[in-house]
Amino acid sequence: MIGVGALLHTRQLSRSPFEIATALIVPVVQATLAVYLCRAGGEPGRLLEAAVGAGLMGVWSSVLFGSGGAIQNQRWQGTLEMLMLAPRPPALVIFPITLSTAVTGTYAMLATLLWGRLLYGVPLTFAHPLLFLVAAPGCVLGLGMFGLLLASTFVLMRNANALANTLEYPIWLVSGMLVPLTVLPGWTGPIAAALPTWGARAVHEAASGGPVWPSLGICLAISLGCLAAGALMMTYVERRARAAATLALA
Amino acid sequence: MSDYAIEAAGLRRTYRSRTGWLRPLRREVEAVRGVDLTVGNGELFGLLGPNGAGKTTTIKLLNTLLIPTAGSARICGHDVVTETREVRRRIGYVFGGDRGLYERLSALDNLRYFAELYGVPGRDQQRRIAELLELVRLAGRERERVEGYSRGMRQRLHIARGLLHRPQVLFLDEPSIGVDPVAARELRQTVADLAATGTTVLLTTHYMAEADELCDRIAVIANGTIQALGTPAELRRHADGRQVLEVEAYGVTDAQLAAIHTLPGVREASVTVTGAAQALTVQSDAGVDVQADVLRELDGVRLGRVAARQPTLEDAYVAIVNRVDTPARPVEAVAA
Repeated sequence: MIGVGALLHTRQLSRSPFEIATALIVPVVQATLAVYLCRAGGEPGRLLEAAVGAGLMGVWSSVLFGSGGAIQNQRWQGTLEMLMLAPRPPALVIFPITLSTAVTGTYAMLATLLWGRLLYGVPLTFAHPLLFLVAAPGCVLGLGMFGLLLASTFVLMRNANALANTLEYPIWLVSGMLVPLTVLPGWTGPIAAALPTWGARAVHEAASGGPVWPSLGICLAISLGCLAAGALMMTYVERRARAAATLALA
Repeated sequence: MSDYAIEAAGLRRTYRSRTGWLRPLRREVEAVRGVDLTVGNGELFGLLGPNGAGKTTTIKLLNTLLIPTAGSARICGHDVVTETREVRRRIGYVFGGDRGLYERLSALDNLRYFAELYGVPGRDQQRRIAELLELVRLAGRERERVEGYSRGMRQRLHIARGLLHRPQVLFLDEPSIGVDPVAARELRQTVADLAATGTTVLLTTHYMAEADELCDRIAVIANGTIQALGTPAELRRHADGRQVLEVEAYGVTDAQLAAIHTLPGVREASVTVTGAAQALTVQSDAGVDVQADVLRELDGVRLGRVAARQPTLEDAYVAIVNRVDTPARPVEAVAA
């Protein structure tokens, strides 16, 4: 069920004119930002690292707006009620949706790297090329599981879009997707540790050198925790949503 | 197995909403105020009522989408609050309108996905989907995207989706809304066929002819409570002792309608607009001929056809619902 669900949700997402336009434009913008930030900072040698970070930003946006936005879309389409009527645990019903956003997120990362290469000649010389191919999907999968936790909020709240908008930029910053965590103030450390930062760290390490497996392991452990918490939350939230009548638009 | 497919006792639902942060404004709406009903296995039961009467809320309480504020409900003997999954295995839900489907997927993909969700075993899915596509006459069009479908086709796809897992109880919430007459007739035939095969159907509709033709029993709900319950023939008796005058007119004013209301012997009077014309319907006591008085009140208004007739189920429905506007008092079911 998870496979068929993820495939069909990916198909539904990939046919949206808005999603297509976003998928074409955003990676170019992010690759451009990364390249010019590096050049302005006088560190052109770190172009690849910056491009990977920009790609991760795209993944996060995809998960955040995908997991949250997809739930909101289900509500607008009138399909959220039909999904919740399925005689299955609510988390199992929603997980394919967050997984499909992870798949489109992988595309965002690859597109950012390719545009960086094509437009700005960013050298795609990875320190651990094979490990990069493991770390990137691992990170995306981790973010997808984190997305399930987020999605539960969207099931409950009709106006959860505001939450998605608020979360996008702070998480870009504190998760190490764009700038190294070491340059951030100390108080952001615990916040960063609780967020899907380890996946981003693993991807960075695969691109520019460093021990990939420990970061990836911690990322997947935290993500499994998110999956378990998300599953519990989803059961609780489904009941709350039925009590508060928020599964439908009105 | 329970004697009843659907049981509701003292079912109530209050919607609470809050707007504003600094000085929040809280609002409570009592949508359902104590519904009691039972529907037998294999029965086709109609729930009629005006907009905002509580029909959809009642259905959503019965199909587990809402939790009751008070009271209880059981589907095939399973409680809708504590045995949600057992209930969901046994029910199908179809609602009217354009929403509720994945527009950018084909009908086939929609059905495949919901077959997975609703637990149709993999080995049966292909056969079941083909069977349902034949039933709702979408075979041959199943690979087209739903966004290109007409409203009637979408409605038929909704029905196919609702039947994928062979539910024992099917909730149909205004399934024929916005569907053309030919498609509506075919839809009625499909519903009748389902009931004939033993599926319990709870149908809400605004179309009296549909309810009259299909339903074994009908409940009229208004203001959140059941106002009358019985077979179509029993409900029709709520209009016993009345006769109906229908006048096609062009330009009846509110003042003229109010004046007609006060004529001796007049029980109800209403105007519905169909295109450029108005249809004035006046219910009066059977022994009183109000035609001359009504036409006098319409002096100066261009008139078309004028006809007197016996009351129908729709007239009985109007009589029942209009009583709710006067001090609320439930109407007892009329004995057969």
